[in-house]
Amino acid sequence: MKLTADEKKMLAGKHGNAVKKSMEILVALGEIFGAKRLIDVASVQVAGVSYHNLGDAGLEFLEELAKDGKVKVLTTLNPAGMDLENWKNLGISPEFAEKQKKVIDAFEKLGVVTTCTCTPYFVGNLPRFGEHIAWSESSAVAFSNSIIGAFTNKEGGPSALAAALTGKTPEYGLHLKENRQAQVLVNVKARLEGTRDFGALGYAIGKKIGTKIPLIKGIKKASIEELKNFSASIATYGGTGLYHIAGITPAKTQAPKEIVSIGESDIEAAKTALNDAVEGEIDLVAIGCPHCSIKELQNIAKLLKGKKVKKEIWICVARPVKSIADKMGYSKTIEESGAKFACDTCMAVAPLKGRFKGLATDSAKGCFYGRGSNSFKTKFCTMEECIQEAIE
Amino acid sequence: MNLKGRKICAGKAKGEAIVSNQGISFYGGVDPNTGIVVEKGHELEGKSIAGKILVFPQGKGSTVGSYTMYRLKKNGKAPLAIINKECETIVAVGAIISEIPCIDKIDISQIKTGQNLAVDAENGIVEVQ
Repeated sequence: MKLTADEKKMLAGKHGNAVKKSMEILVALGEIFGAKRLIDVASVQVAGVSYHNLGDAGLEFLEELAKDGKVKVLTTLNPAGMDLENWKNLGISPEFAEKQKKVIDAFEKLGVVTTCTCTPYFVGNLPRFGEHIAWSESSAVAFSNSIIGAFTNKEGGPSALAAALTGKTPEYGLHLKENRQAQVLVNVKARLEGTRDFGALGYAIGKKIGTKIPLIKGIKKASIEELKNFSASIATYGGTGLYHIAGITPAKTQAPKEIVSIGESDIEAAKTALNDAVEGEIDLVAIGCPHCSIKELQNIAKLLKGKKVKKEIWICVARPVKSIADKMGYSKTIEESGAKFACDTCMAVAPLKGRFKGLATDSAKGCFYGRGSNSFKTKFCTMEECIQEAIE
Repeated sequence: MNLKGRKICAGKAKGEAIVSNQGISFYGGVDPNTGIVVEKGHELEGKSIAGKILVFPQGKGSTVGSYTMYRLKKNGKAPLAIINKECETIVAVGAIISEIPCIDKIDISQIKTGQNLAVDAENGIVEVQ
């Protein structure tokens, strides 16, 4: 890989230790994946924020970087392991809270805007079509590549941070136009409505095509919320960082030769696969994986108006989006029902193992993490059914 | 016997090889406090990678695995060096931030558990002693 004179200085440690370490990461990745050079990025989204995943060593690593490191471009942050203000209400221990706050402090010292959301595009980190960015968080990567048409690889936490501290990323993979063409045509013949159905579609397609880039045909309409959940699901169950939907996503692509069909039966099979909770096993309901939009909060407020919940229910959302709901009175309606906001966090990254038995959610990705790291049984249902589950 | 590969992270190490023909997920698959492989059904399940030269085809699983490698190092339970067939992002980044010597593009079928190895990562050389 060719480095400029300035990049060589960065690698040699002339710009400090954090920049040196970052360049070592970027150069190693560039060499592994055959990049010819480094390119500038316009923004970064950093994952690896929950103390639950980082532990003391991860915290130490961030504090070490923060000694002389500063981000060079707009950098936003993934959800933390707790609501940074209202953590007590969510049953988080003071010991965990103290460590989690230190993690956030280290990120702030690095100059990261601590948005703590997996939906950076709802809170001011919105790239434009064709712009090069370095994002982690697989759902946000799929959303920005596909729906917006920005260019990013699927970064991990440290490689995204390395891009932030240098403003650069190696040019390989999805940064190159020739690697963004569809590899498989997916013909969809199914009635799809709502975030649950689009999550099921992501599961069905992801399981069939793995990491291949699909061109999906047969989807007449889809809301941003449905596409947000679809992005999370196809990235979780398949692994692609990019998809095309005819008539919906902005990039041009050739029609691939390989063809896969998805019908009603595949969608039903996906719903069945994500349902393994039996009657009476649900003790946590969570909506907002990825984090809710203001439209979803509006809808949740309508469904909860005048009702009382009997089960623990978390509405996961970025704090700035909730503040709009505060102004509109939606938050008051939601909280009067007994439902709880989980700002800055979600059911996938909070330390919940052992606290609950069964999770009901409209998120296919949420089911994956609920089952995997938390050993919950899951009920995969529509947003309306989630609310009903909490009220009954 | 000398095997030649590619430097991922510079450094030198000498020690005993522990070899797996399966991919390793550090996040969830290796206990960061003990260095013991805990992935159910893995051929190294129950074995410790601490203080050994860890030889395996490539990493897999969550990108949080890079931080797990860093935790192993800080806990004194990291491998002395890592040898891969094809290194990928998780292990490469983990090796760099943890300063664990790492080489890839090695024919790992030439190495057996228990053999003594000398790794010179800067020059991409593994000496099987």
